Amino acid sequence: MSALRILVPVKRVIDYAVKPRVNRAQTAVETAGVKHSMNPFDELSVEESVRIREKKLAPGGVEDICAISAGPPKAQDILRTAMAMGADRAIHVEMKEGEELEPLTVAKLLKKAAEQQKSNLVILGKQSIDDDSAQTGQMLAGLLGWPQATQASKVEFGEGDSVTVTREVDGGVETVRAKLPLVVTTDLRLNEPRFATLPNIMKAKKKKLDKMTLQDFGLDNEKRLKVLKVTEPAARQGGGKVEDVDGLVGKLKELGAL
Amino acid sequence: MFPTARRVLGSAAGPLLGRGASALGRCRRRRLLSTLAILEQRDGQLNLASLSAFTAAKKLGGTVHGFVAGSKVSAAAEQAAKVDGVEQIIAVENEAYEKGLPENYAPLLVENIKKGNYTHVISGHTAFGKNVLPRVAALLDSQQISDITSIHDEKTFVRPIYAGNAIATVESSDPVRIITIRGTAFAPATPESGSAAVVRGVDPKPESMTEWVSEDLAKSDRPDLATASKVVAGGRGLKSKEDFDRVMLPLADALGAAVGASRAAVDSGYADNSLQVGQTGKVVAPQLYMAVGISGAIQHLAGMKDSKVIAAINKDADAPIFQVADVGLVGDLFEKVPELTEKIKSS
Repeated sequence: MSALRILVPVKRVIDYAVKPRVNRAQTAVETAGVKHSMNPFDELSVEESVRIREKKLAPGGVEDICAISAGPPKAQDILRTAMAMGADRAIHVEMKEGEELEPLTVAKLLKKAAEQQKSNLVILGKQSIDDDSAQTGQMLAGLLGWPQATQASKVEFGEGDSVTVTREVDGGVETVRAKLPLVVTTDLRLNEPRFATLPNIMKAKKKKLDKMTLQDFGLDNEKRLKVLKVTEPAARQGGGKVEDVDGLVGKLKELGAL
Repeated sequence: MFPTARRVLGSAAGPLLGRGASALGRCRRRRLLSTLAILEQRDGQLNLASLSAFTAAKKLGGTVHGFVAGSKVSAAAEQAAKVDGVEQIIAVENEAYEKGLPENYAPLLVENIKKGNYTHVISGHTAFGKNVLPRVAALLDSQQISDITSIHDEKTFVRPIYAGNAIATVESSDPVRIITIRGTAFAPATPESGSAAVVRGVDPKPESMTEWVSEDLAKSDRPDLATASKVVAGGRGLKSKEDFDRVMLPLADALGAAVGASRAAVDSGYADNSLQVGQTGKVVAPQLYMAVGISGAIQHLAGMKDSKVIAAINKDADAPIFQVADVGLVGDLFEKVPELTEKIKSS
């Protein structure tokens, strides 16, 4: 079996526990001064990559784990986090603060990166929790002409470059098998990401972080979707509380729900 | 085929001739609106919820075609053909597409989209749609628009972002717009008196690079979570799988409701993963959503806050769920839920 060269795309997003606020101009969600962290699904990708190495899950072993992120200077923080969790090195595709890429552009970027890095496994999160598009991994697989296994809850390596993936689907799970090279996207159930320990955070500072630009990949930030406006969702008013079960049944009948 | 062709021609030619040269010029610059709605099927059975794609397609205007592929699709195609306002159902019968593997299903769609010269392609934002459509979009060099909840016009769409905490209105400049829709925002079209022509689609017979091995689907006699009119959902407060089953299932049965769960309940093994409601699980919008022992984290609210009526039972009077619930009851769910179940049964 080929040794694995894993590419792990990660995205810096508003922390999952923060309630996003739409800005006053209704052009976007307020990001200035808001806590950011690694997209939770991407933490699962990094964790899975590191586990494949540590637990010797792949017969051919793991040769390289490279994290990559396109984003503002602060995206380096999450690349350092990925390295503190066990990635070997990182590539930062530098963008201006506030500049965003659409999934199709990210997929084009990752295609070139995967080719340059001679990756044979790309593990991405199934969606980013800011844009909620759930597209990049599938687009990447399409552009590369590779098989894809999305919403993975289990990844197992067999002989002859074969990889068996259990996928979370509507109503249960489905198992598919493909050969490397392969694109996998992570579901919540795949693993439990570790916390980066202080010694590992210190070590990660010495790991290699290459800086590149979109132009280095022969791309520009072409937008196919223009955001016309971003608004708050219609507020829902709590209807108050009832004293007992009879009150509950009565109110539900009144609301026509029973 | 011919009646359909005449109908298409007729509807297109009418306004052109009527409005004269300037209209003709406009239409030459812009292709006529035509939408391909992707329908899901399984073992020859049409997934009726996927008929939501027709509802969205009709909102766009223009001609509407449906697409279905799998090992035995004639019955599903005939059923879909009965939806009013649909011109044509494209059916591709080939065992290779039965499981909807994206590696061959995406090229199949691409060929049929190119042949039909569609301006819009719509599928549900389901496990199938999420898996296949972005691959199709990339192959067509189109930036997909995911999980839309509303259609303004042929290029302007509304979609929730940040777990539904913000609503974005976006305008697409792509010539072919690949769209997935939120099922709860578009009621499925019902097969009635329509008589769309069923035609055989192009089959490029691409090899799939993946092999379908097996599946393990949760079997249940209860209504399907995504489309149920009533949902009862349990959270961490249920304490164990035994308690979850003992408390929640009789309530679900008394109400004729589907069962859902919070991430905490799923992670703790109280309920199956496929029952998770929220940003990363199912998005539901039933007539009644009853949250039991669920605090109401934003990721959970993302999946249920468009429900018509929300009821909550929780012992913590300050739980965020009470801020969105139309009716809340503060109390021990182990007492209140069985009492509620009895009262519903006897009423």
